[in-house]
Amino acid sequence: MSSTDKQNPHLYVVSSAPDTGAGLPDDYYSLRLYVAGQTTKSLAAISNLKRICEEHLAGRYTIEVIDLLDRPQLAAGDQILAIPTLVRHLPQPLKKIIGNLSNTERVLVGLDIRREDRK
Amino acid sequence: MTDVAPAPAREAPSLVKAPTGIDGFDDITIGGLPAGRPTLVCGGAGCGKTLLAMTFLVNGAEQFDEPGVFMSFEERAEDLAANVASLGFDIPGLVARGRLMIDHVRVERGEIEETGEYDLEGLFVRLDYAISSVGARRVVLDTVEALFSGFTDTAILRAELRRLFGWLKDQGVTAIITGERGAGQLTRHGLEEYVSDCVILLDNRVEDQITTRRLRIVKYRGSAHGTNEYPFLIDDQGISVLPVTSAGLDHEALSEPVSSGVPGLDAMMATGGYYQGSSVLISGGSGTGKTILAAQFADTTCRRGERCLFFTFEESPEQLVRNVASVGIDLRQHLVRGLLRIEAARPSLFGFEMHLARMIRDVGRFQPAGVVVDPVSAFRGPSFEIQATMLRLVDSLKAGGVTGVFTSLTPAHTMTEADHRISSLMDTWISLLDIEESGERNRGLYVLKSRGMSHSNQIREYRLTEHGVELSRPYVGAGGVLTGSARVLQEAREQAETVRLRQEAEQRRREFERRRTATERQIAELRAALEAEAAEVAMLNEQADLREQTAEQDREAMAARRGAAE
Repeated sequence: MSSTDKQNPHLYVVSSAPDTGAGLPDDYYSLRLYVAGQTTKSLAAISNLKRICEEHLAGRYTIEVIDLLDRPQLAAGDQILAIPTLVRHLPQPLKKIIGNLSNTERVLVGLDIRREDRK
Repeated sequence: MTDVAPAPAREAPSLVKAPTGIDGFDDITIGGLPAGRPTLVCGGAGCGKTLLAMTFLVNGAEQFDEPGVFMSFEERAEDLAANVASLGFDIPGLVARGRLMIDHVRVERGEIEETGEYDLEGLFVRLDYAISSVGARRVVLDTVEALFSGFTDTAILRAELRRLFGWLKDQGVTAIITGERGAGQLTRHGLEEYVSDCVILLDNRVEDQITTRRLRIVKYRGSAHGTNEYPFLIDDQGISVLPVTSAGLDHEALSEPVSSGVPGLDAMMATGGYYQGSSVLISGGSGTGKTILAAQFADTTCRRGERCLFFTFEESPEQLVRNVASVGIDLRQHLVRGLLRIEAARPSLFGFEMHLARMIRDVGRFQPAGVVVDPVSAFRGPSFEIQATMLRLVDSLKAGGVTGVFTSLTPAHTMTEADHRISSLMDTWISLLDIEESGERNRGLYVLKSRGMSHSNQIREYRLTEHGVELSRPYVGAGGVLTGSARVLQEAREQAETVRLRQEAEQRRREFERRRTATERQIAELRAALEAEAAEVAMLNEQADLREQTAEQDREAMAARRGAAE
């Protein structure tokens, strides 16, 4: 369920959904996590995010991790200032969470994950 | 944590400066902003921080081969470009040529959930990316304080800002960081704590409903700088700062005369005109022809093939050209040839200092030989302030050897305090008078003072003819100064007097002739009488002799007769 781009170790996609691309369900989560290098904060954020998604969104999420040291031009698109920043592209509207995602409760609030989604 | 490789820090010795290309600014900072260091520009809303910063970047890219990055935390790139397009800045063109990069950083106000530790590495990444993509040597952060509304953890923010400014120094870029003026301190969030090399304060004050922009260098580490508050100007030609540093008296005195445009007036001054680089005040009541006299100076300057700059505060350029054309001064030909420029503005458009800033800038750009300001009395304000600012203009003109002609409207025969203050700055003062006499109004002119030359003390009558101002021959007869028809009358009267005197003399001569003739005749008669008398006397004597002789003969005859008888 985890695939790592060998050419670019800093950009990888974690997904538990069938790779159909179209006809995603309404409660499908498309997330993008911006980091800068393999720092403690970044690594913590990646592992925290994976854990939370597996616990609450199993089977209906995609995580794209973008390392700005490799692709700095992407920072402007999502207006990234703080690192790490998690951007929820789906479901609409777009939401942002910053920090290493160590506070699970606030991550759930920030991602607007409904109570019934939680186990 | 960062592994953004800091570029090898360029050693920036304290004296290396990055010129801004802004008129006047580089003078007061003696060369520009500290190169390779951040400068804080702070001020209230709308006082020109963003424009100053943008001018710095655009000039850098266009004039000094230093590409720049503008990181805007407030305005979008399109808005920025549109706002400065009116100043002739082609932002999209510079961006397309890779000389400028604009990155708009949108700070969401409190919409971001904070879940644990973070830093602002994203900002560094973006800035680094922007700098490296255009090879930037100049950076503007406008206004970085906006971050304070987006992040709640100010401790992190402050630590990151400190790191940011240090990082900028390491990059060796010359940076401008703008900050909103805060109560009791220079910026709302105390940015001056982090940026300590150079701090510039902009101010926009309203006095008597007129705003004046002022700029002050609060500090400039390792460099001398002007310490005053300098008025500065933002108009369609961008920013210009009016330096007051030139208020010295070390300008050289030129002794070349320049014509006033009126031959008669030139002749009243021993040098045959004004001194080049001197300042001339033409004062007078309304309708005395101040503007025409000034226009004649402009005309003659242009005729010599030299440039003249005419500031008018009461008429539009078209109106001025038309009005002086009515007395035969054709300014349009000089406008067409580019020798004359007429700048018109309402005095109330902005403060006096701003006008001066504009004038000094325009003089610097046009490089004229002569400048006309018509009239200086249009400016309102405390007279000491007007004098102080006039002094700057006069000094700046003198420093450049530019002859300045200033007109001033003064109520007839009185002098205001302001006139006195201004007059002390002037080398030559020509006063125009209204002379009211015999039911008509005539114009009189005299040179009230003219430093460094002897000049006529006469009040000369002048007329506005179709060849401009013409001075009449001075009437300095027994009747005092007379003008207009009174003068004509007086001249006629004098002529009649002369004729009368001549006739009288003739009469006397004839009278004398007659008397002499009469006397001579009398003498002749007397002599004739005398001769007649002398003749009578001679005759009587003869008769007496004859009688005596006869008596003798008688006696002898008697004696003879008696003797014969005896």
